[in-house]
Amino acid sequence: MKGWLVPLLYDRAVRLLWLVPLASVGLFTLVSLAPIDPVQAYVGARVALVGPEQREAIAAVWGLDAPAHERFLVWAGNALSGDLGDSITFNAPVTQVIADRFPASLTLVGAAFLFSFAAGTALGLIAAATRGRWPDRIIRGVAVVLAASPGFWIALLLIAIFAVGLGLLPACCAAPPGLTAAEVGLADRLQHLVLPVVAVSVVGISPLILHTRQRLVAFLDSPAGSHLAAHGAGRVWLAFGPGLRHALGPALTVHLAGAGELFGGSVLAETVFAWPGLGQATVQAALGADAPLLMGIALATLLFVFIGNLLADVAARVLDPRLRPEARHD
Amino acid sequence: MTETIMQQCAGAPQDMPVRRGAARRQLVRRGAVVAGILALVTAAPFLPLDPLHLNPAARGLGPSLAAPFGTDLLGRDVLARTLTALAVSAQVGLAAAAISTLIAVTLALAATFSRLAERAVGVLTELALGLPHFVLVLMVAYAAGGGMSGVILGVALTHWPRLCRVLRHEAQTVAAADYVRISRALGRSRFWVARYHLAPHLLPQVVVGFVLIFPHAILHEAGLSFIGLGIEPHLPSIGVMLADSLRGLMAGHWWVAVFPGLGLVFLALSFEVFGESLRRAADPVDGGA
Repeated sequence: MKGWLVPLLYDRAVRLLWLVPLASVGLFTLVSLAPIDPVQAYVGARVALVGPEQREAIAAVWGLDAPAHERFLVWAGNALSGDLGDSITFNAPVTQVIADRFPASLTLVGAAFLFSFAAGTALGLIAAATRGRWPDRIIRGVAVVLAASPGFWIALLLIAIFAVGLGLLPACCAAPPGLTAAEVGLADRLQHLVLPVVAVSVVGISPLILHTRQRLVAFLDSPAGSHLAAHGAGRVWLAFGPGLRHALGPALTVHLAGAGELFGGSVLAETVFAWPGLGQATVQAALGADAPLLMGIALATLLFVFIGNLLADVAARVLDPRLRPEARHD
Repeated sequence: MTETIMQQCAGAPQDMPVRRGAARRQLVRRGAVVAGILALVTAAPFLPLDPLHLNPAARGLGPSLAAPFGTDLLGRDVLARTLTALAVSAQVGLAAAAISTLIAVTLALAATFSRLAERAVGVLTELALGLPHFVLVLMVAYAAGGGMSGVILGVALTHWPRLCRVLRHEAQTVAAADYVRISRALGRSRFWVARYHLAPHLLPQVVVGFVLIFPHAILHEAGLSFIGLGIEPHLPSIGVMLADSLRGLMAGHWWVAVFPGLGLVFLALSFEVFGESLRRAADPVDGGA
């Protein structure tokens, strides 16, 4: 085991120990502040068929008749034993809903992570290699415009162009409708994955482009870069050879630290594409006043962000030994 | 880690030096665009636009001279709706960014009071950054019950951490500087130091922070309205228009999605580049205007 890894992991484990309870209290407070009546949201259109006694019975089953702090203690006690309560909208245990939907989200966010990493780094390198000329101007322009574009709007544009206009790719869901999971082939799955992945990638790509460009420009201007150039190294070779090694580590760190934002973007993208993942469930839970599911998903995303940041810290130290001594007092 | 990355992205000197005059002209130009947008927002209620007018004879028409942005499936003019919606977006964005800036300044000031307060602000920042941004925005908006106030609260309560960090970092750097120590040693009061040493450093940061929060605020507002947890559907807002556009899109009505989105991007972009110019103008190391 490496000398710097253990203290880092210990430090993060301690942080997790206070972060999760505090976040639980905060999130529970938010959820119980909501003025939306969960019983009303559940009853919905059947409002005429449900009497006050039945409403009280529903509220009692969900434990809504107790004050908020008592409900929190009950929830926390159950949560410690792995029970996050039952989802109202999906009529199933929260842990099961999350477990069912997590793979779809992970596929989407994972593919978007890889795609935006490859595309963002490559574009950043090209921009730096052609600094000041038209490819650089175009790439920087695109990066700035993408940073100011809502991901779900890009998703709509992709649907308008590739699904409706050209008819090339499906606009909805993770698989063709009407088929069981076993009948869906890999080609079908990949085809349905393309547009959502591109839409989610947009969120993470512009910081990566600008960051990689900045790094590579610094390298090209450094004595090492000038030295190689003086020996006749071409700009493109410099960028994708030695420059790549310089830019890749920091780029990976930036990208891992931003992985949580990809998940945030997937909430909207999943809604547009009806992708059956956690993001879609988040929206349904919020609209259906499904407090237990919202709590569960929020805590799951907290862990997701936490793991992304931890991986970013580990990656940074693996790739840049100069950072290692700092691991003790971060 | 985050701090260094942010400095690399934002604070590092530009690799292509812009001449002072050019940078100043750029700042003025971008400022003029932002001022124009604000004027439009203020004037929007008085313009002869009727975003709610239904014209059954003109349903789902493409862009034309009479309706440059086309009409939606109910026969409403997309241009009128887009302009009104952008005015709503800008109002929500300004309110949310103002509250967020206020929170950032308050917390950054509070952190200087005692070690305990500093810890508390640190924990609060850590918590706010612990969830994906949009998930937290959604939770707060949900807690506030959605609607216009829900959106403003949701965005305002979640966008302060970055500015707060910048301010705390800046305040710590200035407070540790020799000239501040000398001032204190010469008997200047804490208030005097805050007024004459800290404020000149922090004020530009606050202004820049406010302008740069705005684009995030309006994009998140649109996202919330899009999923139905934001601005009430009877008000025209970009998010609601884009949510409604899905049905039209499937029928090939690209204009119902393209134009409102472009308007939003233009609004966000104008503030983003203006903020960037301002930041460089306020940063003496970065050359700029």
